[in-house]
Amino acid sequence: LSPETAATVATRSSPSPPSTAGEGASAAWELDQLPALALRVREHIVRLATGGGCFIGASLSCADLLVHLYTRILRLTPETLGDPGRDYLFLSKGHDVPALYGTLAELGYIPRQRLGNHLKTSDSIYWHPNRAVPGVEFHSGSLGHLLSVAIGVALDIRLRGGPNRVWVILGDGELDEGSVWEACLVASALRLDNLTAIVDRNEFQANVRTEELVPLEPIPAKFEAFGWSCRTADGHDFGALEAALGPLREAPLAPGRPSVVVARTVRGKGLPSIEARADRWFANFTAEEIDGLLAELHGGPSRGLTSEGLVVR
Amino acid sequence: MSAGPPAAASSDRAAAAAHEDWGGTGGPAPPTYEAALAALAAVRPDLVVMTAENRAAIRNLPPLLGPRFVDVGICEQTMIGAAAGLALRGRTPVVHALSTFLVMRAFEFIRTDVGIGNLPVKLIGAVPGFLSDGNGPTHQALEDVALMRGIPHMQVICPADEEELIAALPAIVDSRAPCYVRYNAMRPAVAHTTPFEIGRAELLAPGDAGADGSAGAGVTLLTYGFLLREVAEARRLLEERGVPAALINLRTLKPLDEAAVLAAARRSRLLVAVEDHFQTGGLYSILAELLVGRGLPCRLHSISLGERWFKPALLADVLAHEGFTGEAIAAKVLAAAGEPGGRSELDETWTDRPGGAARPAGWR
Repeated sequence: LSPETAATVATRSSPSPPSTAGEGASAAWELDQLPALALRVREHIVRLATGGGCFIGASLSCADLLVHLYTRILRLTPETLGDPGRDYLFLSKGHDVPALYGTLAELGYIPRQRLGNHLKTSDSIYWHPNRAVPGVEFHSGSLGHLLSVAIGVALDIRLRGGPNRVWVILGDGELDEGSVWEACLVASALRLDNLTAIVDRNEFQANVRTEELVPLEPIPAKFEAFGWSCRTADGHDFGALEAALGPLREAPLAPGRPSVVVARTVRGKGLPSIEARADRWFANFTAEEIDGLLAELHGGPSRGLTSEGLVVR
Repeated sequence: MSAGPPAAASSDRAAAAAHEDWGGTGGPAPPTYEAALAALAAVRPDLVVMTAENRAAIRNLPPLLGPRFVDVGICEQTMIGAAAGLALRGRTPVVHALSTFLVMRAFEFIRTDVGIGNLPVKLIGAVPGFLSDGNGPTHQALEDVALMRGIPHMQVICPADEEELIAALPAIVDSRAPCYVRYNAMRPAVAHTTPFEIGRAELLAPGDAGADGSAGAGVTLLTYGFLLREVAEARRLLEERGVPAALINLRTLKPLDEAAVLAAARRSRLLVAVEDHFQTGGLYSILAELLVGRGLPCRLHSISLGERWFKPALLADVLAHEGFTGEAIAAKVLAAAGEPGGRSELDETWTDRPGGAARPAGWR
């Protein structure tokens, strides 16, 4: 291989794609509008929990996170979904996709009525994300994958000198997967400071509390030991999320290091009758129960649930 | 993952040994996979070369490719996931690892991220089959073809030597399908007669057929990868014994050159599939699926590793011990064809023989 060949190869790279993703949806949404938006997203989640059901607990825990990201953080709009200069969000804990469906529907990425196609063969709205749904960057459902996929996207953005950033939502139970920590090592080695992970720390995995099965704490110290910079925040307080995520929109917590935010959340948040209950991970409620839960979401009393708690799906 | 560096070193040794064994002449250095990949990368900015710390075949590429050379360390799963991410951004990742760890440690990442995504990630598996020589069963990829061809859209390409690998490389990276390559940088196994094309086999010897390959050969030998050299020798020996056999170098197992196989089945009374792979899921299975599906009642015989890992040793000794030298293959074919001088694997296992390298009794 001649030096000429070497020079040619080393200097050839694809031109940076145009960055027209702009300011995304963030400019249009004020912080004080987000609780009402998140409530509408939660209504979608509850409505998806019948006629076959959905992973309602984990969806409710990350609803505020997704609403905040799509309205205040991501440089992304329905018009810029195909723009290589957009920010990317990967939902690695794919079973909470009802929260994403609800967010995408409320923000105009998909028509709201499309959620009525849940579990219908005529559409692709099912229990895990897939790219037939505009706004879904990559399919998931098998835990421990998308941090690695996000590494590839973040790496290409850096190769092209792009300013856009890559976000990944991880479940806390997902941290059991060795591939997450393998990816943490590699992201740190590659110094991918355009990459941010958010852990939805709802303290449950499918059947039990995380700390009662495979204890995860101290999570921040684990990430720090793997070369990441870590912050924690209340995952249901938009002011706290703004303080934690806002600066990451512009820059990493530390130059040369990937960032992670551990968002403290509550599984089933918004529905006291199923909050923090191990048996309400996946649920398929009756139409009457859905009506009761929607009322409960709006501050009404808990009416009690009689549907069997489906522990594992 | 155990022993990345030792395996790589062993691979180098194996390549060197093979070079000596198989006619290295000390002449001008032949074109290499590494140089071919570098040349393609020079004109294709989409190519990104990745490795899970297996650099034997791509040792000189880091300074040439700069940030387009990505070594993730011994993290096969993360390498595949990241390759999928790069492919989402329009890159064509060419990823390298030892075959066993690439297709098995990272299998679910290949199937789920690359397969479901149908992304053009090129999987280069080193030291497949017998080429892991002395590493032992942890490193023996004998089910890689079965695993990879089971993934929708995945192409499976098995070059017979480095010349064929280099010839295949442009087609491999041009294809928008995911692709698994049984990497093999051996010296040329035979004088190749047919340009490489995905899905096209190379008919190397027509047996006793006419020039158009249509008349009746008794036996057709089908193989892929570096064993082509041994099977070509077996064919020569069979011819000496008055048993002319056709020889097909399949090159790509998926997509399969069905026309070549069906033509062989129509003109032969016996097809023999020779492979350094378990019997299940490899070439024997591929041929059986095709022949049964088309209702062709042709006899099909497998010369494979059945359900066993092979005895670890240097490659030449492995071939002798396991009965995969040209001589041993010819004897097995004679037995399968019911000809005198045959030696069936059922008579006595090849691995029972002390020293392992002796000729079959009564041979020649």
